[in-house]
Amino acid sequence: MKVAIIGCGAVGSLFAAHLAQLDDVEVWAYDLSREHVDAINEHGLRLSGAGEVVGRLRATADAAELPGCDFGIVATKAMHTSAAIAATAHAFAGGCVATVQNGLGNEEAIAEHVGNVIRGTTFPAGKILAPGHVQWDVKGDTTLGPYEPKPAPLDEVERLADACTRGGMPTTAVPDARGPQWRKVIFNASTNPIGALTGLTHGRVCERPDLRALVSDLVDEGKAVAAAQGIELDADPEALIDHAAKPEVAYDHKASMLQDVEARRTTEIDYLNGGIVRFGREHAVPTPLNQAIWALVKGMESSWTR
Amino acid sequence: MRIVVAGAGTIGSLFAAHLATVADVAVLTRRDDHARRLNEHGLRVSGRADFTAQVRAATDPDELGEADLVVVACKGGDLEPLAASIGRRFAGATVMTTQNGLGAEEVMAAHGAWPLLSSVTFMSGTRHDDAHVEYVLDTATWIGPYRGTTHADAEAVAALIRSAGLKAEAFDDLRPAQWSKLIFNATVNTVAALTGLPHDFHFAEGMLGELVHGLVDEGKAVAAAAGVELREDPWEMNVHATQRGHAHYPSMLEDVKAHRPTEIELITGSLVREAERTGVSVPLHTAMYSLVKAKEASYS
Repeated sequence: MKVAIIGCGAVGSLFAAHLAQLDDVEVWAYDLSREHVDAINEHGLRLSGAGEVVGRLRATADAAELPGCDFGIVATKAMHTSAAIAATAHAFAGGCVATVQNGLGNEEAIAEHVGNVIRGTTFPAGKILAPGHVQWDVKGDTTLGPYEPKPAPLDEVERLADACTRGGMPTTAVPDARGPQWRKVIFNASTNPIGALTGLTHGRVCERPDLRALVSDLVDEGKAVAAAQGIELDADPEALIDHAAKPEVAYDHKASMLQDVEARRTTEIDYLNGGIVRFGREHAVPTPLNQAIWALVKGMESSWTR
Repeated sequence: MRIVVAGAGTIGSLFAAHLATVADVAVLTRRDDHARRLNEHGLRVSGRADFTAQVRAATDPDELGEADLVVVACKGGDLEPLAASIGRRFAGATVMTTQNGLGAEEVMAAHGAWPLLSSVTFMSGTRHDDAHVEYVLDTATWIGPYRGTTHADAEAVAALIRSAGLKAEAFDDLRPAQWSKLIFNATVNTVAALTGLPHDFHFAEGMLGELVHGLVDEGKAVAAAAGVELREDPWEMNVHATQRGHAHYPSMLEDVKAHRPTEIELITGSLVREAERTGVSVPLHTAMYSLVKAKEASYS
């Protein structure tokens, strides 16, 4: 089978390099960074850190080069989803496209261009060290499920999950993947912007009782919005937050949003807190604190271009 | 008329230089080199005025002589040690606080028996160096009685300030004005400090405008519960300030950028404590309070 990774950043590279370990999978990667693409084609895609993996695959910055694929895995930053899938949709006319991105709204954006969509959530993380070389920081599970308005058949979801698992990325196919997605969104929306606004690492956010209380208030709003949609979280985001605050887990971790802010890059706030506010409005659930945090981070972004 | 200005930041420098044109002014500074600089070169004002005033300065209050009026113009965070250092001195003086937020009067009251005046100031400037301050916004200072003083005492100081070329107005009860400014500062200063935005159009429209409106509404609810009728609507003050064409950098934003402690305790801290006392829920101000304090903690 053929799989194309759309957006071969840190997370996309984890999927690409692992899937490339399989003899029965032909892996393509579409990415706009020509340096990264050239390095992958010349030397393969290398992961180091949580494991050493080198994957041989075809990378391209030209969407027209992509062959017809059985599966797409979209792994761009959320604000690039629409442009990326618009450019590559032709490769998935007969296939299914999964998202493993952060936030809310990616499935909707993908469904505007392709017919069979897979909702996904992934916990592994890393960062790009150099073109063709990705640091694999955190191992973790991935959950995939049909996206209800334009669902991919469950057996196709299972086929992709099986390939990911065999390649070394443990992945589960479930009929309703909203639980893990909302758990991760609530986790990210309740902690990342707090790090971004204060400059504190995850552990330092959690050890300030008043700030930890604010995190819980944000979590509660997110849970209420999930509940109003009939979504059952697969676990309590609070547990994930406390787990991550442990010294041996992610105490010193600067949230990706804090890294974005320090580099003055546009953040994913619109798809995290913005997504919670949007779904909250649709289901008449008030989310004043998520809205406040969303406004503050957007304000911070606009201060860079002022 | 002998005046001591305690604290020579932007506001203290503006008061000291202007008052020195009509009175004998001594300045209490924190650093020796700052005092030396003022004694040697005087204090220059540019912007809306252009002159250099002769002032005496020292870091030891005992070197400043007696005073009829003490203008306390240090940052809120420096108030407690300053009050302790001048406590029991300047026995014949009236003491006027100028700090943002609430509670500066109580701090001074705890350290001496002086008659006390409250004030809030809306003038603004930019401190270019120890001996040079630019006078930017010529908005007024509002003065009212606090302890052992009357409207006439407030008016006398207001008249003195006006004769020195600054704007000032006396009130019977300062609380309506003080609370208007408290809510304004608790809203605008924290939003600026967290976003990095100067007080510009973003504060009056769109998502950030909604947040600002929400913060103002919480503040109004606390004022109402505390029995204070506001003199000005803080939302109107906000909209008006964003339309001035010159975007002001609130001091809390400057403090955060320079990794200095902010006035969050006297401003938002006061408001949140009043909310607690009066049983009003202020989730947005509580969040801003936690976020700004955490930002201060991130410096170390």
